[in-house]
Amino acid sequence: MTGLKRIPISALIGLVLSALFVLAAIFAPWISPHDNAEIVGDVWEPMSAAHWLGTDNLGRDLLSRMIYGARITLFIAVLATALSFSLGAILGFSAAVFGGWFDTLLSRLVDLLMSIPTLIMALVVLSVLPTNLVTLILVMGVLDSTRVYRLSRAVAVDINVMDYVEAAKLRGEGSGWIIFREILPNALSPLVSELGLRFIYAVLFLSTLSFLGLGVQPPDADWGGMVKENKDGIVFGIGAALIPAAAIAMLAISVNLVADWVLNRTTSLKGGRG
Amino acid sequence: MADSNAKPGQPKPGLLLDIRNLRIEATVYPPGEAPKTITLVHDVSLTLEKGKVLGLIGESGAGKSTIGLSSMGYGRGGVRITGGEVILNGRDIMKGGKEGFRKLRGREVCYVAQSAAAAFNPAHRLMDQVVEATLLHGTATRAEAEKRAVALFKKLSLPNPETIGQRFPHQVSGGQLQRVMTAMALCSEPDLIVFDEPTTALDVTTQIDVLAAIKDAIRDTHVAALYITHDLAVVAQVSDEIMVLRHGRLVEWGGTRQIIKEPRQEYTNALVSVHEIEHQEQNPGATPFLSVKNVTAAYGGGHVKVLKNVSVDIYPGQTLAVVGESGSGKSTLARAITGLLPPEQGTVTFDGRPLANRLADRPKEDLRQLQMIYQMADVAMNPRQTVGTIIGRPLEFYFGMRGRERDKRVAELLDEIEMGKGFVDRYPAELSGGQKQRVCIARSLAAKPKLIICDEVTSALDPLVANGILKLLLDLQQHEKVAYLFITHDLATVKSIADSIAVMYRGEVVRYGSKSKVLTPPFDAYTDLLLSSVPEMEIGWLEKAISGRRMASAGN
Amino acid sequence: MRQLVFLRIALGIALLLAVSVLIFAGTQILPGDVAQAILGKSATPETVASLREQLGLNAPAYVRYFRWLGGALTGNFGTAMSSGQDIATQIKARLWNTLFLAACAAIAAVPLAVILGLIAVRYRNGWVDKLISGLALASTSFPEFFIGYALVYFFCVKWPILPSISTVYDGMPFGERLEAIVLPATALTLVVLAHMMRMTRAAILNVMQSAYIETAELKGLSAFNVIRKHAFPNAIAPIINVVMLNLAYLIVGVVVVEVIFVYPGMGQYLVDNVSKRDVPVVQAVGLVFAAVYITLNIVADVTAIIANPRVRHPK
Repeated sequence: MTGLKRIPISALIGLVLSALFVLAAIFAPWISPHDNAEIVGDVWEPMSAAHWLGTDNLGRDLLSRMIYGARITLFIAVLATALSFSLGAILGFSAAVFGGWFDTLLSRLVDLLMSIPTLIMALVVLSVLPTNLVTLILVMGVLDSTRVYRLSRAVAVDINVMDYVEAAKLRGEGSGWIIFREILPNALSPLVSELGLRFIYAVLFLSTLSFLGLGVQPPDADWGGMVKENKDGIVFGIGAALIPAAAIAMLAISVNLVADWVLNRTTSLKGGRG
Repeated sequence: MADSNAKPGQPKPGLLLDIRNLRIEATVYPPGEAPKTITLVHDVSLTLEKGKVLGLIGESGAGKSTIGLSSMGYGRGGVRITGGEVILNGRDIMKGGKEGFRKLRGREVCYVAQSAAAAFNPAHRLMDQVVEATLLHGTATRAEAEKRAVALFKKLSLPNPETIGQRFPHQVSGGQLQRVMTAMALCSEPDLIVFDEPTTALDVTTQIDVLAAIKDAIRDTHVAALYITHDLAVVAQVSDEIMVLRHGRLVEWGGTRQIIKEPRQEYTNALVSVHEIEHQEQNPGATPFLSVKNVTAAYGGGHVKVLKNVSVDIYPGQTLAVVGESGSGKSTLARAITGLLPPEQGTVTFDGRPLANRLADRPKEDLRQLQMIYQMADVAMNPRQTVGTIIGRPLEFYFGMRGRERDKRVAELLDEIEMGKGFVDRYPAELSGGQKQRVCIARSLAAKPKLIICDEVTSALDPLVANGILKLLLDLQQHEKVAYLFITHDLATVKSIADSIAVMYRGEVVRYGSKSKVLTPPFDAYTDLLLSSVPEMEIGWLEKAISGRRMASAGN
Repeated sequence: MRQLVFLRIALGIALLLAVSVLIFAGTQILPGDVAQAILGKSATPETVASLREQLGLNAPAYVRYFRWLGGALTGNFGTAMSSGQDIATQIKARLWNTLFLAACAAIAAVPLAVILGLIAVRYRNGWVDKLISGLALASTSFPEFFIGYALVYFFCVKWPILPSISTVYDGMPFGERLEAIVLPATALTLVVLAHMMRMTRAAILNVMQSAYIETAELKGLSAFNVIRKHAFPNAIAPIINVVMLNLAYLIVGVVVVEVIFVYPGMGQYLVDNVSKRDVPVVQAVGLVFAAVYITLNIVADVTAIIANPRVRHPK
């Protein structure tokens, strides 16, 4: 198997940063210097030894808010990605293998959902649904599953017409063997890379919604919400809003680097030895 | 060696092209490894006189296209000329720089590609592309160039020579495009044309017409040519001399007659005698075990009939060869027999009882008895499974073999296909083309079937490798008493392996019977055309074949 | 060809109708009750009931849908519940503002993306290409508001040369209007640029690797002529396609950018009314956004059809 030394430097940076974010999210209560909602000082204090990133619009410690924000951001993004991925991949694979009316119906429905920009559709739906975490995850997951559906269906359709799948069908293998032993191992690398991209998209999408005031509701805040809380400071030269925004960008870039590497590494087809 | 005493730096009079100690390298980027430089051509020298044709022949990877393109100073992708001289019309073109290359390309040297369909720009009319090089180099006015082009279209026997130039590439058939491309190369009246496998992508009955047209055009215009191909019989028809290449090195170089009649090198000899497999025709037994009766099949819900009323029989332990060109329905016949494309009418009987039409309705035992091998072995094996898994799966699936018992049988099968036990843990990507096809054969043998359907199994392979596969198939037939349904477009292969033959044309069987009967005159018009179109390794065959034909090919 | 184009447009219209159903269904049939949502949790059942009556919510869904669609087709979207203003009038002014902003961004982004794409292809695998791809990777990871506020931070606070809020009003001189939207247009440009450039690069590379490019090179054409005569005619359709798809993407980016710069366009109108749960406005704006998006997609497909020589010159 691939040793550590074979990982390119960019992917290594991505891995380390992603790991840091995840650790911060998991151990938030133990590593954050202050409580999430605790007011510890003046409004928008600059960075100092006491408050490494300064304080926010209500005088809360920004670093602590960032660490707790990582928790909420990652939690929602992971759940939404898991939902969109399992929904999209299962339906996409089934559509490719079973074909017929099942495929046609699903594909047309997905075409329809994708003909409206995701953000617009989300805003329309959120205007009538109650604003809570469950709604948020469901809306994000379902809307995003359309893309996963398209990809996994396309990948599976390509593989399904390969001679080796035909050979398995001629042998008399059942759908289980065909999906899990013939198609899935060959679809894995584009899907894993897509998983990374979908996760990034979920982070960005959640942040956008929260920034628009339609995502995570106060007093909880994800990073997008923190940008919204602190955005009024910008015109006074207070960069507090830029910190969570930069964190989102950094998380997205790290995951991107890892996804890129996974895709490149696994496309060389020598089984697992490449 | 015909010419090894040319003095360096001194162009010989009458010489058009003089390549000396050519070395060509390329940088490859294997995934996950550091880029490395490989040598494609090792110190190859050749000379070509004005108006002569030199055939470059070899298997894939022999470096023949690379050498051909070097005469234009061109390297594909990361390929570059790193040593030697290329002297054209008395000057070393490698010293002319980019500007020098541009001046000679399309004027002194022109190129005819393997796939004219891809080599023409889809956005422009043919005439504009044909005269482009002539106008660019200012050797004629537009009117003159177009007149010349029309004359060339006539010479190359293109239909409607006056108006065909107004068409777009996609409006013209493949065989015609190949001739238009030849006209394009001739239009600027170059000294040398590089033909890079110009007929390889064509059907055999179309190939002969294009080949004849190219040969006539070369003769009439006195242009010199480098003719690159992997088919020795083809190159023997058009060349004055032949150079045999292997792995980027010169094997043998001599006059056409000497190369095909008295090859001096063992490798050349192997190439020349590639089709001479001895196979004694077996008499059909009393009863066939598989009968296809009046089968009609169609795609697209019955709209496109691809099989019309086809009947053939297969006898135990014998080979039925199905020959035909693309679109003849020969692969569809295989799909109908296997149940992948259920026939609309007619039946397939097996051991005296009808087989279910649909694959899904057939019991496991019926599936086991019919196995299949494909043309492209790379995509016929799951790239994520090892050779052991690939061969072992039918053993588990049909016979419930497990563990050591299965491993033992896999090892036996690997022995039978002349590969060692060491291959068990390899992935398909780690095998050569011939090895891949062997593994596919072992996979089908593992099921102990009565019939193996071989769909163009040797078409994607180099001649010598293909030969090895054919010999293996014949050996296995002796041991295992398995029957083959051998689908191919290549009549030479048919002669080597078949006991009986079915000739297919546009979905119908036009001739069917034992090998000796099918290959003995009198012939029907299509079989005659097909048989007369297969290049033979004999000087003057082309002219004889063209003059003796009774039916125009479908590609016209 | 005319038939194909016609078919594509008809398909687009059908899609738009289906989308209108979806938008309507999304706001009407989902578990949330509109009247309840407007009035909040503290509302009494009586007030909810009377509001339902007033909104015509008691009629069957399909009747309400056709009533709504009929209005939309004749330019009548009804009145906003929160302000009582006529929605169509509001949309008209704001749609113009949004299209102006998007057009300015497109005018900057399209040529820039195509030129950068060409440069990346010209120096393929060189450091220029790697730098451009690296920046593209980074910028697709940036949320729109990061770019927006970074611009504000630097150009309005550190070096105050531009306004941080893009106020525009009717009858505003064109020059001033342009100045007001420099920052939002820049932000939008940066948002779509990377993506558009990557896709342009891929489209051109795809053409440059065709066999007919080699044919042209082997005729002795100069690199410039190879691109002008042989690559360009075939690359134009995929590039237009890329541009159109990204303009559609720009329509989404505009929502966030308008909020950042408090620009009176469709995006801000939508976000405001989603917070206020003003369903008629959300429906109307959603429909307009979808219509613009679908139209751009149709244009992309139609250009691809027209540019295809196989379709233009059938056998």
